Amino acid sequence: MNIQFIETGQVLKIKLKGDLDHHSADEVRGLIDEKIKNEKFNKLVIDFKGLDFIDSSGIGFVIGRYKVIRKRNGVIEIVNASNKVRKILDMSGIGKIINIK
Amino acid sequence: MHNNYVYIKIPSLSVNESFTRAAVAAFCSSLNPTMNEISDIKTAVSEAVTNAVVHAYEDEIGEIEIKCMIKGQVVEIIVEDFGCGIVDVERAREPLFTTRPEQERSGMGFSVMESFMDELVILSEKDVGTKVILRKKISEKKQKIINEEILDEKQEDDE
Repeated sequence: MNIQFIETGQVLKIKLKGDLDHHSADEVRGLIDEKIKNEKFNKLVIDFKGLDFIDSSGIGFVIGRYKVIRKRNGVIEIVNASNKVRKILDMSGIGKIINIK
Repeated sequence: MHNNYVYIKIPSLSVNESFTRAAVAAFCSSLNPTMNEISDIKTAVSEAVTNAVVHAYEDEIGEIEIKCMIKGQVVEIIVEDFGCGIVDVERAREPLFTTRPEQERSGMGFSVMESFMDELVILSEKDVGTKVILRKKISEKKQKIINEEILDEKQEDDE
Protein backbone atom coordinates (compact mmCIF):
# COMPACT_ATOMS: atom_id res chain seq x y z
CA MET A 1 0.00 0.00 0.00
CA ASN A 2 1.32 3.37 -1.05
CA ILE A 3 0.36 6.50 0.89
CA GLN A 4 0.78 10.19 0.08
CA PHE A 5 -0.15 13.23 2.17
CA ILE A 6 -1.07 16.62 0.75
CA GLU A 7 -1.54 19.45 3.26
CA THR A 8 -3.60 22.54 2.40
CA GLY A 9 -4.18 24.68 5.49
CA GLN A 10 -6.51 22.75 7.79
CA VAL A 11 -7.22 20.10 5.18
CA LEU A 12 -5.20 16.91 4.96
CA LYS A 13 -5.59 14.88 1.80
CA ILE A 14 -4.57 11.23 2.02
CA LYS A 15 -4.00 9.43 -1.26
CA LEU A 16 -4.09 5.65 -0.96
CA LYS A 17 -2.79 3.36 -3.67
CA GLY A 18 -3.07 -0.43 -3.79
CA ASP A 19 -5.14 -2.72 -1.57
CA LEU A 20 -6.77 -1.55 1.66
CA ASP A 21 -7.28 -4.71 3.71
CA HIS A 22 -6.59 -5.82 7.30
CA HIS A 23 -2.84 -6.18 6.66
CA SER A 24 -2.28 -2.86 4.88
CA ALA A 25 -4.62 -0.95 7.23
CA ASP A 26 -2.37 -2.03 10.11
CA GLU A 27 0.61 -0.74 8.15
CA VAL A 28 -0.74 2.74 7.35
CA ARG A 29 -2.79 3.38 10.51
CA GLY A 30 0.25 4.56 12.50
CA LEU A 31 1.48 6.87 9.73
CA ILE A 32 -1.91 8.55 9.38
CA ASP A 33 -2.56 8.84 13.12
CA GLU A 34 0.88 10.41 13.62
CA LYS A 35 0.00 12.99 10.98
CA ILE A 36 -3.49 13.81 12.29
CA LYS A 37 -2.19 14.22 15.84
CA ASN A 38 -1.71 17.78 14.65
CA GLU A 39 -4.95 19.39 15.86
CA LYS A 40 -4.93 21.97 13.08
CA PHE A 41 -6.40 19.44 10.65
CA ASN A 42 -10.19 19.53 10.83
CA LYS A 43 -10.88 17.92 7.49
CA LEU A 44 -9.53 14.67 6.07
CA VAL A 45 -9.99 13.97 2.40
CA ILE A 46 -9.34 10.31 1.63
CA ASP A 47 -8.59 9.89 -2.05
CA PHE A 48 -9.38 6.36 -3.31
CA LYS A 49 -8.36 7.03 -6.90
CA GLY A 50 -5.49 4.54 -6.84
CA LEU A 51 -7.33 1.98 -4.73
CA ASP A 52 -7.57 -1.48 -6.32
CA PHE A 53 -9.25 -3.31 -3.47
CA ILE A 54 -11.08 -2.70 -0.21
CA ASP A 55 -12.87 -5.03 2.19
CA SER A 56 -14.64 -4.55 5.53
CA SER A 57 -11.28 -4.08 7.28
CA GLY A 58 -10.85 -0.99 5.11
CA ILE A 59 -14.24 0.25 6.25
CA GLY A 60 -13.26 -0.33 9.89
CA PHE A 61 -10.10 1.63 9.23
CA VAL A 62 -12.00 4.63 7.78
CA ILE A 63 -14.45 4.60 10.71
CA GLY A 64 -11.46 4.55 13.09
CA ARG A 65 -10.07 7.78 11.54
CA TYR A 66 -13.58 9.29 11.62
CA LYS A 67 -13.67 8.73 15.39
CA VAL A 68 -10.38 10.57 15.80
CA ILE A 69 -11.38 13.57 13.68
CA ARG A 70 -14.92 13.78 15.10
CA LYS A 71 -13.46 14.50 18.56
CA ARG A 72 -12.33 17.90 17.27
CA ASN A 73 -15.59 18.44 15.34
CA GLY A 74 -13.83 17.75 12.06
CA VAL A 75 -15.13 15.96 8.98
CA ILE A 76 -14.01 13.21 6.62
CA GLU A 77 -14.64 13.07 2.92
CA ILE A 78 -14.01 10.16 0.52
CA VAL A 79 -13.29 11.05 -3.10
CA ASN A 80 -12.72 9.13 -6.34
CA ALA A 81 -14.19 5.78 -5.24
CA SER A 82 -14.51 3.35 -8.16
CA ASN A 83 -17.70 1.33 -8.64
CA LYS A 84 -16.33 -1.79 -6.97
CA VAL A 85 -15.05 0.25 -4.00
CA ARG A 86 -18.38 2.06 -3.91
CA LYS A 87 -20.26 -1.23 -3.63
CA ILE A 88 -18.82 -2.02 -0.21
CA LEU A 89 -18.96 1.62 0.95
CA ASP A 90 -22.68 1.69 0.15
CA MET A 91 -23.27 -1.65 1.85
CA SER A 92 -21.63 -0.43 5.06
CA GLY A 93 -23.84 2.64 5.35
CA ILE A 94 -20.69 4.69 6.00
CA GLY A 95 -22.19 7.41 3.78
CA LYS A 96 -24.43 8.42 6.70
CA ILE A 97 -21.45 9.78 8.64
CA ILE A 98 -18.90 10.42 5.91
CA ASN A 99 -19.35 12.46 2.77
CA ILE A 100 -18.66 10.29 -0.32
CA LYS A 101 -18.03 12.17 -3.53
CA MET B 1 -15.00 -33.61 -17.27
CA HIS B 2 -13.15 -33.93 -13.98
CA ASN B 3 -13.85 -31.20 -11.45
CA ASN B 4 -10.92 -28.87 -10.95
CA TYR B 5 -9.64 -27.91 -7.50
CA VAL B 6 -6.74 -26.31 -5.67
CA TYR B 7 -5.63 -26.46 -2.02
CA ILE B 8 -3.72 -23.71 -0.29
CA LYS B 9 -2.33 -23.97 3.24
CA ILE B 10 -0.97 -20.88 4.95
CA PRO B 11 0.14 -19.79 8.41
CA SER B 12 -2.30 -17.24 9.83
CA LEU B 13 -0.17 -14.21 8.91
CA SER B 14 -2.01 -11.13 7.67
CA VAL B 15 0.47 -10.74 4.81
CA ASN B 16 -1.14 -13.85 3.24
CA GLU B 17 -4.58 -12.23 2.91
CA SER B 18 -3.77 -10.54 -0.41
CA PHE B 19 -2.00 -13.60 -1.79
CA THR B 20 -4.94 -15.88 -1.01
CA ARG B 21 -7.64 -13.73 -2.62
CA ALA B 22 -5.43 -13.20 -5.70
CA ALA B 23 -4.72 -16.94 -5.96
CA VAL B 24 -8.42 -17.86 -5.70
CA ALA B 25 -9.30 -15.20 -8.28
CA ALA B 26 -6.65 -16.55 -10.67
CA PHE B 27 -7.92 -20.10 -10.18
CA CYS B 28 -11.50 -19.04 -11.01
CA SER B 29 -10.44 -17.37 -14.25
CA SER B 30 -11.02 -20.60 -16.22
CA LEU B 31 -14.77 -19.97 -15.84
CA ASN B 32 -14.35 -16.65 -17.63
CA PRO B 33 -15.96 -14.56 -14.86
CA THR B 34 -16.82 -10.89 -15.26
CA MET B 35 -14.78 -8.23 -13.46
CA ASN B 36 -17.65 -7.81 -10.99
CA GLU B 37 -17.82 -11.54 -10.25
CA ILE B 38 -14.06 -11.70 -9.66
CA SER B 39 -14.21 -8.62 -7.45
CA ASP B 40 -17.02 -10.18 -5.37
CA ILE B 41 -15.11 -13.45 -4.94
CA LYS B 42 -11.88 -11.64 -3.98
CA THR B 43 -13.71 -9.58 -1.37
CA ALA B 44 -15.55 -12.57 0.14
CA VAL B 45 -12.35 -14.66 0.33
CA SER B 46 -10.52 -11.75 1.91
CA GLU B 47 -13.23 -11.48 4.57
CA ALA B 48 -13.12 -15.20 5.39
CA VAL B 49 -9.31 -15.39 5.54
CA THR B 50 -9.08 -12.16 7.57
CA ASN B 51 -11.58 -13.59 10.08
CA ALA B 52 -9.37 -16.65 10.51
CA VAL B 53 -6.21 -14.51 10.83
CA VAL B 54 -7.78 -12.15 13.38
CA HIS B 55 -9.95 -14.45 15.48
CA ALA B 56 -8.95 -18.12 15.25
CA TYR B 57 -5.64 -18.27 17.09
CA GLU B 58 -5.57 -15.32 19.51
CA ASP B 59 -1.91 -14.21 19.59
CA GLU B 60 -0.53 -17.46 18.22
CA ILE B 61 0.05 -18.38 14.60
CA GLY B 62 -1.94 -21.37 13.39
CA GLU B 63 -2.81 -22.86 10.03
CA ILE B 64 -5.52 -21.88 7.58
CA GLU B 65 -6.59 -24.14 4.73
CA ILE B 66 -8.27 -22.81 1.62
CA LYS B 67 -9.87 -25.27 -0.76
CA CYS B 68 -11.26 -24.00 -4.00
CA MET B 69 -13.34 -26.18 -6.32
CA ILE B 70 -15.05 -25.63 -9.62
CA LYS B 71 -18.21 -27.69 -10.06
CA GLY B 72 -19.77 -26.90 -13.40
CA GLN B 73 -20.37 -23.14 -13.31
CA VAL B 74 -20.19 -22.99 -9.51
CA VAL B 75 -17.12 -21.97 -7.54
CA GLU B 76 -16.95 -23.37 -4.02
CA ILE B 77 -14.39 -21.96 -1.61
CA ILE B 78 -13.82 -23.46 1.83
CA VAL B 79 -11.78 -21.48 4.33
CA GLU B 80 -10.98 -23.57 7.40
CA ASP B 81 -9.06 -22.93 10.59
CA PHE B 82 -8.38 -25.13 13.60
CA GLY B 83 -8.59 -22.43 16.23
CA CYS B 84 -10.91 -21.27 18.99
CA GLY B 85 -14.18 -21.59 17.07
CA ILE B 86 -17.22 -19.31 17.21
CA VAL B 87 -19.38 -19.80 20.29
CA ASP B 88 -22.51 -18.19 18.85
CA VAL B 89 -22.57 -18.40 15.04
CA GLU B 90 -25.99 -16.74 14.72
CA ARG B 91 -24.76 -13.74 16.67
CA ALA B 92 -21.52 -13.57 14.67
CA ARG B 93 -23.60 -13.38 11.47
CA GLU B 94 -25.46 -10.30 12.69
CA PRO B 95 -24.39 -7.15 10.84
CA LEU B 96 -21.93 -5.00 12.82
CA PHE B 97 -21.43 -7.62 15.55
CA THR B 98 -17.77 -7.83 16.54
CA THR B 99 -15.81 -9.14 19.49
CA ARG B 100 -12.92 -6.79 18.66
CA PRO B 101 -14.22 -3.21 18.35
CA GLU B 102 -10.95 -1.89 19.86
CA GLN B 103 -9.11 -3.28 16.82
CA GLU B 104 -11.37 -1.33 14.47
CA ARG B 105 -13.12 -4.47 13.28
CA SER B 106 -16.29 -3.34 11.52
CA GLY B 107 -18.29 -6.51 12.18
CA MET B 108 -19.32 -6.62 8.55
CA GLY B 109 -17.35 -9.66 7.40
CA PHE B 110 -20.12 -12.25 7.27
CA SER B 111 -22.61 -9.71 5.85
CA VAL B 112 -20.19 -8.99 3.00
CA MET B 113 -19.64 -12.70 2.32
CA GLU B 114 -23.40 -13.27 2.33
CA SER B 115 -24.21 -10.45 -0.05
CA PHE B 116 -21.27 -10.92 -2.45
CA MET B 117 -21.71 -14.70 -2.81
CA ASP B 118 -24.76 -16.86 -3.54
CA GLU B 119 -24.35 -19.02 -0.48
CA LEU B 120 -22.59 -18.83 2.88
CA VAL B 121 -22.36 -21.75 5.31
CA ILE B 122 -20.58 -21.42 8.66
CA LEU B 123 -19.68 -24.54 10.61
CA SER B 124 -17.93 -23.98 13.90
CA GLU B 125 -17.13 -25.78 17.10
CA LYS B 126 -15.52 -24.26 20.17
CA ASP B 127 -11.80 -25.12 20.43
CA VAL B 128 -11.99 -27.25 17.27
CA GLY B 129 -12.20 -24.64 14.55
CA THR B 130 -14.31 -22.91 11.96
CA LYS B 131 -15.19 -23.83 8.40
CA VAL B 132 -16.65 -21.20 6.11
CA ILE B 133 -18.12 -22.39 2.82
CA LEU B 134 -18.71 -19.86 0.06
CA ARG B 135 -20.45 -20.65 -3.22
CA LYS B 136 -21.05 -18.55 -6.28
CA LYS B 137 -22.41 -19.41 -9.71
CA ILE B 138 -20.48 -17.79 -12.49
CA SER B 139 -22.66 -16.60 -15.35
CA GLU B 140 -22.16 -18.47 -18.62
CA LYS B 141 -20.78 -16.29 -21.40
CA LYS B 142 -21.26 -16.71 -25.10
CA GLN B 143 -18.19 -18.43 -26.47
CA LYS B 144 -16.18 -16.51 -29.02
CA ILE B 145 -16.58 -18.11 -32.43
CA ILE B 146 -13.20 -18.83 -33.91
CA ASN B 147 -13.00 -18.68 -37.66
CA GLU B 148 -12.13 -22.25 -38.63
CA GLU B 149 -10.39 -21.27 -41.84
CA ILE B 150 -7.96 -19.02 -39.98
CA LEU B 151 -7.40 -21.81 -37.46
CA ASP B 152 -6.64 -24.30 -40.30
CA GLU B 153 -4.21 -21.88 -41.90
CA LYS B 154 -2.45 -21.39 -38.60
CA GLN B 155 -2.12 -25.14 -38.11
CA GLU B 156 -0.61 -25.48 -41.60
CA ASP B 157 1.85 -22.71 -40.78
CA ASP B 158 2.83 -24.51 -37.61
CA GLU B 159 3.57 -27.69 -39.56
